[in-house]
Amino acid sequence: MSTTMDPDLLPTQDDEDLRAAVRAVLAAHGDPTAVIACYDGDRSVVAPLWRALAVDLGLAGLLVAEEHGGHGAGAREAAVVLTELGAAVAPVPFLTSSVLATTVLGSPAATPAAADLLAALAAGEQVAAVVLPWSTGPDSMSVLTEQGGEVRSVAGAVEADVLLVPVGSGDGSGVDVRAVPVDAARVVAVPSLDMTRPLADVTVDAAALAAAPVVVGGAAETLADALSLASALMASEQAGLTRWCVTTTVGYLKERRQFGRVLGGFQALKHRLADLYVEAEQASAAATWAAATASGDADPDEVRLAAAVAASYCGRVAVHAAEETVQLHAGIAMTWEHPAHLALKRAKSDQIALGTAEHHHRIVADLVDLPGPIAG
Amino acid sequence: MSAELRERVATLLAEHDPAATDRLDFLRARYDAGLAWVWFPEGLGGLGLARADQGIVDALLAEAGAPSNHPERNGIGLGMAAPTILRFGTEEQKQRFLRPLWTGEEIWCQLFSEPGAGSDLAGLATRAVPDGDGWMVNGQKVWTSGAHNARLAILVARTDPDAPKHRGLTYFLCDMTDPGVDVRPLRQITGEAEFNEVFLNDVRIPDSQRLGDVGQGWLVAAATLDNERVAIGGAAAPRESGMIAKVAQTWREQPERRTAGLHERLVEAWVDAEVARVTGIRLRQKLAQGQPGPEGSAMKLVFAGLAQRLSGMELELLAEDGLRYSDWTMVRPDRVDFTGRDAGYRYLRAKGNSIEGGTSEILRNVIAERVLGLPGEHRVDKDVPWKEIPR
Repeated sequence: MSTTMDPDLLPTQDDEDLRAAVRAVLAAHGDPTAVIACYDGDRSVVAPLWRALAVDLGLAGLLVAEEHGGHGAGAREAAVVLTELGAAVAPVPFLTSSVLATTVLGSPAATPAAADLLAALAAGEQVAAVVLPWSTGPDSMSVLTEQGGEVRSVAGAVEADVLLVPVGSGDGSGVDVRAVPVDAARVVAVPSLDMTRPLADVTVDAAALAAAPVVVGGAAETLADALSLASALMASEQAGLTRWCVTTTVGYLKERRQFGRVLGGFQALKHRLADLYVEAEQASAAATWAAATASGDADPDEVRLAAAVAASYCGRVAVHAAEETVQLHAGIAMTWEHPAHLALKRAKSDQIALGTAEHHHRIVADLVDLPGPIAG
Repeated sequence: MSAELRERVATLLAEHDPAATDRLDFLRARYDAGLAWVWFPEGLGGLGLARADQGIVDALLAEAGAPSNHPERNGIGLGMAAPTILRFGTEEQKQRFLRPLWTGEEIWCQLFSEPGAGSDLAGLATRAVPDGDGWMVNGQKVWTSGAHNARLAILVARTDPDAPKHRGLTYFLCDMTDPGVDVRPLRQITGEAEFNEVFLNDVRIPDSQRLGDVGQGWLVAAATLDNERVAIGGAAAPRESGMIAKVAQTWREQPERRTAGLHERLVEAWVDAEVARVTGIRLRQKLAQGQPGPEGSAMKLVFAGLAQRLSGMELELLAEDGLRYSDWTMVRPDRVDFTGRDAGYRYLRAKGNSIEGGTSEILRNVIAERVLGLPGEHRVDKDVPWKEIPR
């Protein structure tokens, strides 16, 4: 494979402008102390921050086609946004609504009923969530039947106006996605490990499902592809979070003095920071590769492979970076006031979200012909 | 540009039919046509183009059956000596050395490390003293790959023992056929002698073969080492190549050996190898215009870790066959092949990957200090005259 086939992995000027705009909003509306307050039930930081991102910058419609009122941008642009949102552990439903829900509704299998909803999402007027456990990987979906029921640990539902509920048809022939207004369902917020992406248990009964329009029919492949894209783009969130961990910890260890020296001069610590830097660089490259591959006209298997590779690697590295951030800051990072725990809780949740490493490895093994042991 | 470049290649092929031209004559003509390394300046085998344009030339010439300069036999010459000569050499030195280096007429080796100067390269003790219009060199070098085939060497020697260690060094281009050069094989843990010890006894080097100023040797050597780390860690490679290819091949060919535990480790390592490859692609895109910086150290660190992890895993996968070894007979190979021979050889040879070209510990210092800006190590010997350092 010649290098001329490789996508350009360096940011364009447009990427840098987008990054600067998102950073400016986060600096103005994403104060870490206010984000920490989400853990005490004070979510007053969310609305102004989301309005500035979704409406003022128009990011809610970033991935939505222009015919539905969006920008028709690609995964590369969404990756730039998520890198910055990840670095700030921003408590907004961009990934759940503006990436996952809009991708499902933008499917070629979408019905006419999807169009109005997509336009409302693109405009930032409404927020949607896909009703699956947030741990669901692209190859591990289990869905409600037409009888309805409860789905536990759904991300984005707390913020949602509309619930996109995958429903298996009674004869087992396929999956439809139905759009249920949040008033017609029961959404119970639950204490979550990561309260910056709070989870809810969602109950939808048979009557509500029957009354809800089908927005995507025969949606199994749509859902798998959308979950794969979301995991590819969550890798950018993880890479951004990793970058924040390295930058913050390096900065702290350049200042913090013990034994009459700055801690960053001790080789045992320097080497751990060097390793983290190397991991952060690789996470950023892998996430950019996955986004660039999803943006182009690559073979679908190549897109799935790049997503699974990035999801597996970035999930692991973000957790390592956050755990090292806590250990290398030591006591101060165990306090409620210090933002290290925001990163730790997000990183650990992200590692499980949209499929664990084991899920992603199964996909990789299948795509690159590394079969497991022969059964029996 | 690509059309012009194609035209140039066509002219070379028209004037020097590969089938009817002596191999060396062809390679020299290719160099003189600026098609050796197109990113080098005109008149020195290049055309001042982007590195990426070389691919077009190589593909066209390969298609036409043109002879190769066998870069694998002159890795140190092409990867380290050439860029350093290009950057620090005089016009005469560039004209004299680069052409036969590229054609492979003159193989190069590297006389840097010494028994008493490994990671602490700047502490080296080989002395060069003024002698008429040149220098007289005495000392002992070690870990010199290819010294037994080399015509020339890049050499760092101490010219001022009264100066602090980094400031008393000078960089030379040394003739390996000098009668004072004594090359002895150094046998390694693999059983082979890929490296040598080189003893330098009253070796004469004319001052015209000094590269850079007297006392500037550390700066020149640092540039060489950055190139070395890029050469080791940053080479372009297709997906699933190198050590992961070996293990994956064994996995596919011997299904009866697969276990669930090894499967998880293998796929995770496959992911890590792919991430390293993609990171290398991005690094090369960044470096396309500039000099290699300390970022190359990161890739070398990753490469060494992966090679060791994978080669160890391969032995476990092979189980009872992993207990065997192909051949302990001492041989002197004419090239370095990290993925050659059998799994046992690969496991042992990979142990060198985190030592050669800067240990992984030194590379972590380089990243921490030069990339992250953390404080340097406590250096008791830094501002002391070299001759007063305890040893």
